[in-house]
Amino acid sequence: MASELIDKYMRPEHLPHIWCPGCGNGIIMRDVAQAIENLGLDHDKVVIVSGIGCSSRAAGYMDFNTIHTTHGRAIAFATGIKLANPELNVIVLAGDGDISAIGGNHLIHAARRNIGITVVVFNNNIYGMTGGQYSPTTPRGEKGTTAPYGNIDRSFDIAGLAYGAGASFAARGSVYHVQQTISYIQQGISHKGFSIIDVADICPTYYGRKNKKGSAVDMMKYQRDNAVMQDKAVTMTAEELKGKVVIGVLAQVNYPEFTKEYQKIIDRLGREAEERERS
Amino acid sequence: MGKTVLMQGNEAVVEGAIAAGMRFYAGYPITPSTEIAEQSAVRLPQVGGKFIQMEDEISSMAATIGASAAGVKAMTASSGPGFSLKQENLGYACITEIPCVVVDVQRSGPSTGLPTSPSQADVMQAKWGTHGDHPVIALSPSSVRETYDLIIRAFNLSEKYRTPVIFLMDEIVGHLREGIEIPDPKDIEIINRPVKKFAKQNGLPYHVEEGEWVPTMLPFGKGQRYHITGLAHSESGFPTNDNATAGKLVRRLIDKVEKNLDDIVTYEEVMCEDADVAVVCFGGTARAAQSAIEQAREKGIKAGMFRPITVWPFPGKQLEALSKKVKRIVVAEHNDGQMLLEVQRVVKNNCKVDFVGKIDGSVLTPPVILSKIEEE
Amino acid sequence: MAQKKLVLNSAWCKGCGICAAFCPKQVLAISGEKVAIVNQDACIFCGQCEQRCPDYAIYIEDNEEVGNQWVRPY
Repeated sequence: MASELIDKYMRPEHLPHIWCPGCGNGIIMRDVAQAIENLGLDHDKVVIVSGIGCSSRAAGYMDFNTIHTTHGRAIAFATGIKLANPELNVIVLAGDGDISAIGGNHLIHAARRNIGITVVVFNNNIYGMTGGQYSPTTPRGEKGTTAPYGNIDRSFDIAGLAYGAGASFAARGSVYHVQQTISYIQQGISHKGFSIIDVADICPTYYGRKNKKGSAVDMMKYQRDNAVMQDKAVTMTAEELKGKVVIGVLAQVNYPEFTKEYQKIIDRLGREAEERERS
Repeated sequence: MGKTVLMQGNEAVVEGAIAAGMRFYAGYPITPSTEIAEQSAVRLPQVGGKFIQMEDEISSMAATIGASAAGVKAMTASSGPGFSLKQENLGYACITEIPCVVVDVQRSGPSTGLPTSPSQADVMQAKWGTHGDHPVIALSPSSVRETYDLIIRAFNLSEKYRTPVIFLMDEIVGHLREGIEIPDPKDIEIINRPVKKFAKQNGLPYHVEEGEWVPTMLPFGKGQRYHITGLAHSESGFPTNDNATAGKLVRRLIDKVEKNLDDIVTYEEVMCEDADVAVVCFGGTARAAQSAIEQAREKGIKAGMFRPITVWPFPGKQLEALSKKVKRIVVAEHNDGQMLLEVQRVVKNNCKVDFVGKIDGSVLTPPVILSKIEEE
Repeated sequence: MAQKKLVLNSAWCKGCGICAAFCPKQVLAISGEKVAIVNQDACIFCGQCEQRCPDYAIYIEDNEEVGNQWVRPY
């Protein structure tokens, strides 16, 4: 028994999912399905690629061509799939640790190459699957089981990092801001080039409990009450932005897309070979 | 009859692979395998294929598997340090049964070692490098012409058994230049992965039909949506924690290679019919060994050579038979005794087993092998 | 009769309370370990519960007795 959207794009026989009560992953997974529905994409031409961690289980629940790969490597697998068959819509679902720690190198290089895949980040600021260790997006001063005295690392802004590396579409959403997030994912999938949507997720079980953030409801209310839209955020200082949840499209630019550029080489070599044959 | 060309071993890898249907290559520069990437970059777009230089060795392996899942025959190549980095995803290809070919042009180690010097010290890494129980097929050529033929076989075995195949080269053969006759494409046997509609498998993408060893496979994007995971999975492709199901999967992965040794295993015997002493060697070392046994014969010693072409699975049955005929076996390899362990395991007390190896990056020459043959 | 109806799949509900907390009309409440519809008549079918339910346990569908006239607002 499920809604039309869930029946159409998920594998209901594998639901309910394994995520904890109040985990935001299910919300983001639904946002992705809704974006695909809104775009009217052909089921068979969508590939969902995930890595390892809580977020990675999303691939198994979604009724597309799905591949649950190794830790951090989802973008690398996706690169092979997209280049082998550019007509596929390749969407990577990844966690913050997965994509920005162990998979950080693939993130920046896929962005630099501007290969036409879409990355949706389930950014819950913690390693959930292994039980609450701090991640590259755990804010400074917050706790994890491996940062028992408070995290002294500075945290990554994943959307900013990807944009800095050359991503041609970068946006930030949240599990509270459903409509906006769906719209950003839609824009990202339609975009011709590398796109990333960094979604502020909630992990009440580990991050929330470890840092006294209250319940799932409290964490979501925090997103509502501390949201700043991107156009406002650019006018604010770093100090003013502390603790804020920035929502919006950070950047959208047009750079040549990798698989299209490669096809141009194949086409040119084909023409040259034909000319040689004729002469 | 095909045309005759002068070719380097590493180039023969690419030309043979393209003849086998390889249309995707992902790699990262590393000595002494770099020419494979360079040649792929030139050749693949000429035949409508794709080449990509990835950001590292790990992603090269990942992209190769991804391309194969999308239905394109794919290859990556590397050398010692890079081969180490590829191991995790090599295991992923094993459990998900995604065909691909991984070339390892071995060089001296450990670590950065002697990057331009020959070695054969990845024999055990090829078999045990990735964690967990898994099957391995590893082929090792000893000439440029054999490289061309054998890389085609690597693709064929990979497709047929849906498993990664390791092409265990060494710097000697990789950088060797020889005139070779390129076979006519119509004389080349090409095997493609078994593809059927999943409908016949009741929607179970990993279901194996009676009498078969591997499930059929359909590329992503062709209308049969299914799930691939590196977790232990049932025939449905979805993860399971059930011990019986997980055990059945791993058993089948191993058995599809181990129960088909007659189809997979190849080896070469040279002058073994009347031999008293047999040199066991593989890859580039066989060239020196061949010369050594010929010189031994001139001196009146009945020497022969046994060369596994499939290093894994090892031609154990065949070597065991030989060990009952000869008085002595000399294992010659560019390492401190890796294949030696397998030889000892197979030969037991049938005959004496001696070893001659190299770990300093220099080449094992015919005189060194000859003096080992002459020792008794 | 309303053109739409609120459907609850209790088997999938994990009782996180997100739907109840963001319902603008107090239609929902956590009762025991699951959510319950406590005031169906007040529902304005805004869809906020469905959008934010991490478990797909609550959703709005067309009330077939009335006919398929509802267009999803999102």
